[in-house]
Amino acid sequence: MNPSPAIEVTNLGKTYGAVTAIEDLSLTVQTGEIFGLLGPNGAGKSTTLRILITVLPPSSGTARVLGHDVRTEADTVRSLIGYVPQERAIDRFLTGREHLELLGDLYHLPKHDAKTRIDELLRLVNLEEHADRVAKTYSGGMKRKLDIACGLLPNPNIVFLDEPTLGLDVQSRLRIWDYIRQLRDNGLTIVMTTNYLEEADQLCDRLAIIDHGNIRVTGSPKELKAGLGGDRLSVTIQHSTPEKLAKLSGGVRPLPFVRDIREVRNSLHIRVESPEKSLPAVMEVANHLDCAIDSIEYQRPRLEDVFVTYTGHPFTGEDPIIPKM
Amino acid sequence: MNVHHYRQEVLALTMRWVRRLSREKFSMLFTLVQPMLFWLIFFGSLFQRAADIQIIQAPNYMSFLAGGVVVMTVLNNGLAGGVDLLFDKENGFLERLMSTPIHRTSVIVSRYLFVITITGMQILVILSIAFIFGVRPETGLPGIAVMLVIGMLFGVGLTAISMAMAFSVKSHGDFFSVLGFLSLPMIFLSSALVPLSAMPGWMQVLALMNPMTWVIDAVRPLIITGWDAAIPQVAIALGILALFDALCLYGGTRAFRRAIG
Ligand SMILES: Nc1ncnc2c1ncn2[C@@H]1O[C@H](COP(=O)(O)OP(=O)(O)OP(=O)(O)O)[C@@H](O)[C@H]1O
Ligand SMILES: [Mg+2]
Repeated sequence: MNPSPAIEVTNLGKTYGAVTAIEDLSLTVQTGEIFGLLGPNGAGKSTTLRILITVLPPSSGTARVLGHDVRTEADTVRSLIGYVPQERAIDRFLTGREHLELLGDLYHLPKHDAKTRIDELLRLVNLEEHADRVAKTYSGGMKRKLDIACGLLPNPNIVFLDEPTLGLDVQSRLRIWDYIRQLRDNGLTIVMTTNYLEEADQLCDRLAIIDHGNIRVTGSPKELKAGLGGDRLSVTIQHSTPEKLAKLSGGVRPLPFVRDIREVRNSLHIRVESPEKSLPAVMEVANHLDCAIDSIEYQRPRLEDVFVTYTGHPFTGEDPIIPKM
Repeated sequence: MNVHHYRQEVLALTMRWVRRLSREKFSMLFTLVQPMLFWLIFFGSLFQRAADIQIIQAPNYMSFLAGGVVVMTVLNNGLAGGVDLLFDKENGFLERLMSTPIHRTSVIVSRYLFVITITGMQILVILSIAFIFGVRPETGLPGIAVMLVIGMLFGVGLTAISMAMAFSVKSHGDFFSVLGFLSLPMIFLSSALVPLSAMPGWMQVLALMNPMTWVIDAVRPLIITGWDAAIPQVAIALGILALFDALCLYGGTRAFRRAIG
């Protein structure tokens, strides 16, 4: 029942001299979805993307884009995809329109088709007014929009976006999210990387968490969070002692909706199935056991928790400055 | 390879270099009124009295220097020819270009077309200025055409070196260090400023190993002596340039393959 996947990556590896950027990485992207690669700085997101767009040969493994091998059928792959790089790959001395015209020729569009398409795209990303100014006078957000227009120019089947909203303000970010959803609704397949948890959560249909060059887990944000097993109550008690905590823990454990209890410093983290029932019941047990509650917090599972669970460390970049060749 | 597509790509990429130049007012200025012209006018006049007519074998120092300045222009343009590709590589534009279905050589070919055309135009500007100062090439317009061909052939190899460097260096600091390291000795250890006969022996040996010298020694007689003296020199220079270009293109292709795959 699955149509043939848009992208199939098997046991992919890439080393730069002594540095292993990705290792034994496998993933599948379905046609028509927004697929996200989520990971901290240096995780290997851009490297994976670069291999998929054929500008970087893999050291091992295979990657097929729309059924074509990125190494042996690179030209075919290139003519089917669009790419929006992580750095603003913009020529400061060209106008927005000239960027698109240049790419039109590189994708071998006939002049007339190119012109229609360029006007269409400029309208789409709201750059019509600025189309004939040189790019060095653009703001960061305008450059990003131009980048995106460039990625869409060839009318691709798949667009690869490397951190599309990096460094944008909240409004522009939301607009670009909308825009990416719109593309998906028009039938495009979108592969994007991000290092924003929230972006992965809200925008991606499915995502893969990548860390140290490896995929740790794949699924829809909802599945991933549900996989952790329910919401979390953190209960802190007054004059907390290990004995008191153990007592409370023992009292709460038999409750039917409790899945898991952990003692973290002077509070209890309780995974529960149903917040409505659990909250009053836990307070009642505490009362009963004479444990005066200092505070009680309730949290839905967050993607961050998913990340911690599967990678064993909190979500922080390890090396924000990556030397670019 | 589709010829029609190839032409479309190369033309568009070449136009990009032209556009960039026309937008960079400062570098446009320096391209037209380049420093080389000052060398010609300034040193041509300054050393006029110091230069010994017997040694330089020319009516005056400026006509002697003109050939050297023509070749120095080729040298500078050629060695700097890869800089823009270096910047493209560093800011990711090259990657964007390489993600499109263009033939892998298009970017390089476009750069060649641009650098060689600009160099040819500059040679014409230099010869015109020299003309105003009274330098009349002995071999006339055909001689100028030969100079352009020689300049172009030398430019091909130099640009290949420059692009190879652009693709191999880790940073543009490295690029400019190597550039400075290459270009001054290439000029001073050649017959650009003084004839070989005026050099100490060890320097002559080094200058003879410098392709610059052979190129200048072919261009100079075209300006100051005439066809009889020029033809054998031009023939030697063409042979040396064929070898030089072959070596540079081989090295350049390897560097490019390593960087682009
Ligand atoms: N050209 C290169 N030479 C050497 N090492 C590299 C090169 N490019 C990337 N790396 C290394 O490979 C690893 C993965 O880098 P990559 O750019 O794929 O990370 P990323 O997930 O995109 O990070 P970010 O979120 O910062 O963009 C890093 O350790 C990085 O230092
Ligand atoms: Mg990246």
